[in-house]
Amino acid sequence: MADLPLPSEAMADARHNMEICNACRYCEGFCAVFPAMQLKREFSDGDLNYLANLCHGCQGCFYACQYAPPHPWGINVPQAFAALRVESYAEHAWPRPMAKLFERNGTAVSLLTALAVALVLLLAGSLQSPDVMLRAHSGPGAFFAVISYQAMVWSASAVFLFALLAMAMSTTAFWRASGGGTITAKALAHALHDSMTLRNLGGGGDGCNYPGEGFSHQRRWLHHAMAYGFLLCFAATSVATLYHHGLGLVAPYDLLSLPVLLGTVGGILMLIGTAGLLWLKVLADPAPAARAVLGGEYAMLILLAGVAKTGLLLLAFRATPAMGWLLALHLGFVLALFLALPYSKFIHGLFRTAALVRSHQER
Amino acid sequence: MADLTRIYDVLVIGGGNAALCAAVTAREAGASVLLLESAPKPFRGGNSRHTRNFRGMHQAPTKVLTGSYLEDEYWDDLRRVTGGITDEPLARMTIRVSAEMTPWMEACGVRFQPALSGTLSLSRTNAFFLGGGKALLNAYYATAERLGVDILYDAEVTNLHVDDGFVRSAEFNHRGFPASVTARCVVAAAGGFQANLDWMRQYWGDAVDNFVIRGTPYAKGRVLKTLLDQGVAPIGDPTQFHAVALDARSPQFDGGISTRLDSVPFSVVLNRDGVRFYDEGEDVWPKRYAIWGRLIAQQPGQIAYSICDAKAYSLFMPSVYPAIKADSLAELAHKLGLDVGTVERTVAEYNAAVQPGRFDSTGLDECRTEGLTPPKTHWARRIEEAPFYGYPLRPGITFTYLGVKVNENARMLMADGRPSANLFASGEIMAGNILGRGYLAGFGMTIGTVFGRIAGREAARAARN
Repeated sequence: MADLPLPSEAMADARHNMEICNACRYCEGFCAVFPAMQLKREFSDGDLNYLANLCHGCQGCFYACQYAPPHPWGINVPQAFAALRVESYAEHAWPRPMAKLFERNGTAVSLLTALAVALVLLLAGSLQSPDVMLRAHSGPGAFFAVISYQAMVWSASAVFLFALLAMAMSTTAFWRASGGGTITAKALAHALHDSMTLRNLGGGGDGCNYPGEGFSHQRRWLHHAMAYGFLLCFAATSVATLYHHGLGLVAPYDLLSLPVLLGTVGGILMLIGTAGLLWLKVLADPAPAARAVLGGEYAMLILLAGVAKTGLLLLAFRATPAMGWLLALHLGFVLALFLALPYSKFIHGLFRTAALVRSHQER
Repeated sequence: MADLTRIYDVLVIGGGNAALCAAVTAREAGASVLLLESAPKPFRGGNSRHTRNFRGMHQAPTKVLTGSYLEDEYWDDLRRVTGGITDEPLARMTIRVSAEMTPWMEACGVRFQPALSGTLSLSRTNAFFLGGGKALLNAYYATAERLGVDILYDAEVTNLHVDDGFVRSAEFNHRGFPASVTARCVVAAAGGFQANLDWMRQYWGDAVDNFVIRGTPYAKGRVLKTLLDQGVAPIGDPTQFHAVALDARSPQFDGGISTRLDSVPFSVVLNRDGVRFYDEGEDVWPKRYAIWGRLIAQQPGQIAYSICDAKAYSLFMPSVYPAIKADSLAELAHKLGLDVGTVERTVAEYNAAVQPGRFDSTGLDECRTEGLTPPKTHWARRIEEAPFYGYPLRPGITFTYLGVKVNENARMLMADGRPSANLFASGEIMAGNILGRGYLAGFGMTIGTVFGRIAGREAARAARN
């Protein structure tokens, strides 16, 4: 952290790794990290934070490394960088006290999820009569009969805008501290392309070495399913907002309407992606993993899976008396996700894209 | 699962590139194969673990090589580095066969960097393994396992029972316990003896205690020794080894590629007594790095110190250990443990001899000394700009040249000239047939791959008869 006088253990470990890697350079063909590393002779903390976030954890370098444990040098770049990445999220968290949430991120995200779900359920249960909660509703405005439109929109907007602000502040702070300058359009375009294709996770090649030594594209495809599923769900919500305000159409929408189609496909993709990634994580070789960060990764995957699953359940049972509580449950998970965005694994997408921008600018 | 009660068609001794190429090839030909690797699994692969590329002949650009590299140019390169200590028919055969190797390597899962992206200017002659030698080995081991090669790690062969050129069985230590196995044919691919300091001591005395072994600590030469003791013809000068200059702070074994130091042409190199002993700027570094190991091995205490100043520091690859840094030459000499007065005098004499001229770090330039012994004939610039940097250097041994004599079928030849009935060799243990002196980047992997393939094929064939 910025206020500590000595470099952290993770920082020292990352530096040890990069100094040896930079004298070896056998891994230059794997990903963006090594060409970026080769431009340096000495590594500042900002450089290491940048390189750590550029690392996608494909693990190719780990299995190829002649200095990997049990070699006395113990080179393990994916592990060192995973540990340092979480420190970099904490170091640039906004507002500052929220950095604490990264210390035991799995516990933090799990508690946050439990509290958010409990809060929404409690509010729904105490503010709404049991009769309304347990009755089947139909026709336009069915959802809002359970939880008022005003309550839904204002709380969601407030939390989401705060999350956006916090993520923007964090990413900007990371960008500055890691030595990034003015962003060029070309670098940004390349970086976005790399992000969206996960090129550095073995895209275009034989895939990455995950969950073990063999090459596989599974992780990349599952991540795509999850990330694009999430974006489709987000698009569903955006389209619904347009329907509501622009066209005066009030939810619930028809099964074949655009918002429901987007949300259904997105939700299913998210479920496939998160379930697959969780399964791979269970199978994964522990050697290149950083144990301390696994909790936060599991928590985020489970939270995303929870959002998707409750959303699909809500869709399936929206015409039944279960709708009331399912809606409350789903909104509880969504609230938890929005609250957790800036203080969880989710932030990696922004930091990584920022790191990719810098790597393209330096080329 | 390895079954030591059965008779294997082919026993492969060793676990590096040459061994795996032989094992996979023999298995592809239908032979039952047992491979004994003396290292435990995490350190499998011998010196191949530390390699990076393969030198391949090619008529036209390939996916992994640019331009063309024809037999005659390849042969000329080899003749030059070996000073003619080679076997032309064997060498030319190796060169020609190298042209066919990369597709087979790729079929075994070996991945190459795309041509042109290598850090070194070798993409015309050398194909670079994506991730280096360990990644290549992982691919070969996965292929061998998939094909059904039985593999034992931590299995050091201690003795072969050879009877008039016919090997009957092998004794080995498996995880510390004695074991033995019988096979119809044996491929010895167990490397040289550079990690056997007692053997090295026979030729170099106690200087060996100051040598660093760049590669595997498992190259003890026990297989080589048992073969030579039982009448296989030797090849190569037993006293000779390939050595480079590397950081004296390196671990005694297995430091690999990253311990090398490229500072020499841009610095002055002093011995323990604080005086220079060789022209640091004789030629571009890729053509000279391999002589500095020997030069340092011949200095008192087998140690030397490379010293440069601020303007030279960024001209060479970063070192694995940080440079020793000081604000004055005296302070640097003190930190390096050298006599301050002598170092100051040596550098002053050198500085005074430096002539003005055009400096070019990328090629032979005009910066040289005048009236200095030994001279520095290129890249000679005054050492005057603080901070000053120093590195201690030791000889780093890559491999030894002594081996077993083989014919073009990788069959070992006995001292009386007859070919052995069922003994084959590939890799470093027979490289001295072709590479009697010097080195050509990536050629060790070429010999290992070509002879590994030949040995595997011939051993499988011999086992069937």
